[in-house]
Amino acid sequence: MNAPAAGFIGQSVKRKEDYRFLTGNGQYTDDVVLPGQTYASFVRSPYAHARIRGIDTSAARAATGVVAVFTGADLAAVGGLPCGWLITSTDGTPMKEPKHALLAEDKARHVGDQVAVVIADTPANAKAAAALVEVDYEELTPVVDPATAKGAAGVVHDMAPDNVCYTWAIGDKAATDAQFAAAHHVTRLEFRNNRLIPNAIEPRAANAAYNRSDDSWTVYVANQNPHVERLLMAAFVLGIPEHKLKIIAPDVGGGFGSKIFLYAEETVLVWASKKINRPIKWTAERSESFLTDAHGRDHVTVAELAMDKNGTFLGMRVDTTANLGAYLSTFASSVPTILYATLLAGQYTTPKIHCQVTGVFTNTAPVDAYRGAGRPEATYVVERLVETAAKEMGIDPAEIRRRNFIRSFPYPTPVGLTYDVGDYEAHLARAQALADVAGFAQRKAASAAKGLLRGIGYSCYIEACGLAPSNIAGALGARAGLFEAGEVRVHPTGKVTVFTGSHSHGQGHETTFAQVVADKLGIPIDDIDIVHGDTGKILFGMGTYGSRSLAVGGTAIVKAVDKIVAKGKKIAAHLLEAADTDIEFENGVFKVSGTDRNVPFASVALTAYVPHNYPLDKLEPGLNENAFYDPTNFTYPSGSYVCEVEVDPETGVVRVDRFTAVDDFGNIINPMIVEGQVHGGLAQGLGQALLEHGVYDSDSGQLLSGSYMDYAMPRADDLPSFTVETMKGTPCSHNPLGVKGCGEAGAIGSPAALINAVCDALGVKDVPMPATPHTVWKALQQRGA
Amino acid sequence: MTVNVSMRVNGRAVNAAVEPSTLLVEFLRTGLQLTGTHVGCDTAQCGACTVLVDGRAVKSCNVLAAQVEGAEITTIEGLAAEDGTLHPMQAAFKECHGLQCGFCTPGMVMTSIDLVQHHPHGTEREIRAGLEGNFCRCTGYQNIVRAVQQGAQAMKQGA
Repeated sequence: MNAPAAGFIGQSVKRKEDYRFLTGNGQYTDDVVLPGQTYASFVRSPYAHARIRGIDTSAARAATGVVAVFTGADLAAVGGLPCGWLITSTDGTPMKEPKHALLAEDKARHVGDQVAVVIADTPANAKAAAALVEVDYEELTPVVDPATAKGAAGVVHDMAPDNVCYTWAIGDKAATDAQFAAAHHVTRLEFRNNRLIPNAIEPRAANAAYNRSDDSWTVYVANQNPHVERLLMAAFVLGIPEHKLKIIAPDVGGGFGSKIFLYAEETVLVWASKKINRPIKWTAERSESFLTDAHGRDHVTVAELAMDKNGTFLGMRVDTTANLGAYLSTFASSVPTILYATLLAGQYTTPKIHCQVTGVFTNTAPVDAYRGAGRPEATYVVERLVETAAKEMGIDPAEIRRRNFIRSFPYPTPVGLTYDVGDYEAHLARAQALADVAGFAQRKAASAAKGLLRGIGYSCYIEACGLAPSNIAGALGARAGLFEAGEVRVHPTGKVTVFTGSHSHGQGHETTFAQVVADKLGIPIDDIDIVHGDTGKILFGMGTYGSRSLAVGGTAIVKAVDKIVAKGKKIAAHLLEAADTDIEFENGVFKVSGTDRNVPFASVALTAYVPHNYPLDKLEPGLNENAFYDPTNFTYPSGSYVCEVEVDPETGVVRVDRFTAVDDFGNIINPMIVEGQVHGGLAQGLGQALLEHGVYDSDSGQLLSGSYMDYAMPRADDLPSFTVETMKGTPCSHNPLGVKGCGEAGAIGSPAALINAVCDALGVKDVPMPATPHTVWKALQQRGA
Repeated sequence: MTVNVSMRVNGRAVNAAVEPSTLLVEFLRTGLQLTGTHVGCDTAQCGACTVLVDGRAVKSCNVLAAQVEGAEITTIEGLAAEDGTLHPMQAAFKECHGLQCGFCTPGMVMTSIDLVQHHPHGTEREIRAGLEGNFCRCTGYQNIVRAVQQGAQAMKQGA
């Protein structure tokens, strides 16, 4: 025990899950070995774009240990992978949805596209035999750069001859144009939001077993939302009964979005496991992860901000081309539209905003949600524009933000959202104080004395989290609900098992959720276990993404706990011979109001399961409740980040000297875990801004950044120690915990702060991401230093 | 064709016949079911597979099982005491919230123990440099650095 028996909410309780991870007892998908285990190796296209003229599998079939070989022809009758969000173009036509075949049929459309699968008795035999599969390819012209994909010479999918999936827009274009016509000043930026490769350290993995005894399947898979995986795989692809498919997402080694999606590999394994009647395991090699995990970001954007002479924002115009990759991944269509353009108001009262998004197909890996998913791209647009505008207008960057902050809530933005609460001035002021902005000039002079350039940059982000009100999401094209489910099972001894549809892959649900339940029930935290990640145990769930677990999943648990308490009161009333309405529940004890007559929680639990003295005429035995919760609005975490960098003009090396993050996440259950989430988000955001870049060769479509020696992930010595503070803030107004979500904030807010600081140091208008030494050095040469 | 290998793993003598191409990490995970040692890449860059070989941190994906003939191997499973009490470095990772998803954690802990044993008075900068061979995608490293500092203190007091 490391916290008081009551009052768990707000305590930095050490994590319950840590012991198993620290002793090597975690169980990740690749750790699972089943009786009769076989192993799969996928044959992947070496070309970005090629017609498949034929596949000769005879040598592979004859190789040592091979059990089966399958190609696209074997799966031709099986459906493709579905996309979960319908986007409608401005002309009223639905987005183009070409089939995403489990194994490529007519063409391979990106390097790494899966063309065949070899199943053998060992991983080594599977891999060796996969090399014997002979594919006759006819190379085709690849489409690589999203900026020129529309109308390019190559055509990724015949049904989209111009390579455009959709052209979508939000906001009042005429009214926005009118604001620009009347503006005193317009700030304009053109930039790319660099392509990122998520790189959870656990590679994707799956192990699928067919159970002949009852015609069912059990599948272990590294996944963030096992029920969604089950629904999509069973109902939309394989056509097998949903109740015959059990998905277990055990310990999962990081997700960051990339394990939300239904991928071809695990689906092929499930299909093939019945064909061969043996379990099949596949674990991605890191090279495969680089080639085939859904990537993130990759926008090409032109953005403009119109102001009056005082720097008051009048309007914003944004035109973005978003790279969707070769196929539509599960939520790909929603990321650069619904999750992006709706955030372009930021923290400001900009009255008119128009944004157009062209989603294009290219011969690159599918692009989908990666930590922040659309919101980092939106924040980058807004906060780069605002900072640049401040420079151009000669207004202090903090001051121009203050002049435009939203200060009255609820606030309906011109891009579809209604912010419920917020206090942006509070966190900006606190961040400025913590970052010692007042001392910046002195530090800049000290750097200059050493021949170094010092710069400071702000980013005041907002995000929409707690995905999502199902009715709003549905109206925007979502093909699923976005509620969450929870179940609270009180055992006869008063111990509690909580089942949640949220999934934990690093977020610490087993601790945070237990804190909430311990607090509400007044029982020790060690009496509570949180179970997640198994469709065989948990009633339903929409999973973990979009910083939704506590705001939505936690609320479902709270609602189930409320039902437990309500029933417990009736049982207690019977035991205490009092009226139901006279029973109070506090600190784990039911008591008759105004008296000392009471019965503890565990006694009520025992009575529920040993109902010898029980109101059986009015109440069922047992103490087990479930609840579904569908939020009424998004939550709106916000914060102010201040980044200070030192740049060596001789080498272009950027050193982050200090990074200050002040966030308003509403109420906090476990400050230690929240701070850790911010650290991780900042590392990924600064990784984007400084180091990481998914690069394809523009001619061949080969992935040039396909290993850890080519894709620069942040290492310990690339990052500073962050100054992170979570404000008391403004609790969310529409969930009972008052929580907003914290998982993505760091990745959303930090890239703009870093680039703003680098631009300030260099005295230039723009530096592209990532701000590598070469990029920065070039910017300095172009400046004419 | 197989070769015989013998070594001590977590204090226990191990003898086995393995394919000559068997990597140490494969031998540990598949041969000995010590699945606490993880594989996160295929280029010896991520460090998730780090174990101690005769007291030094080694990436077990980059060594053949046959190469460590006669060696003393310690994996994450071999750190805690018989009664389950965590090694001071394990305890420090928990105390400092130096782990999230847990996948890089075994390698990170093994590297940290080697680092502290050879550089007991490392500064923050030196610790960050010492962890350079191990990726963590979750924590941003800040709490790992704190854990190494705290673990170093605890290991000194325990020594």
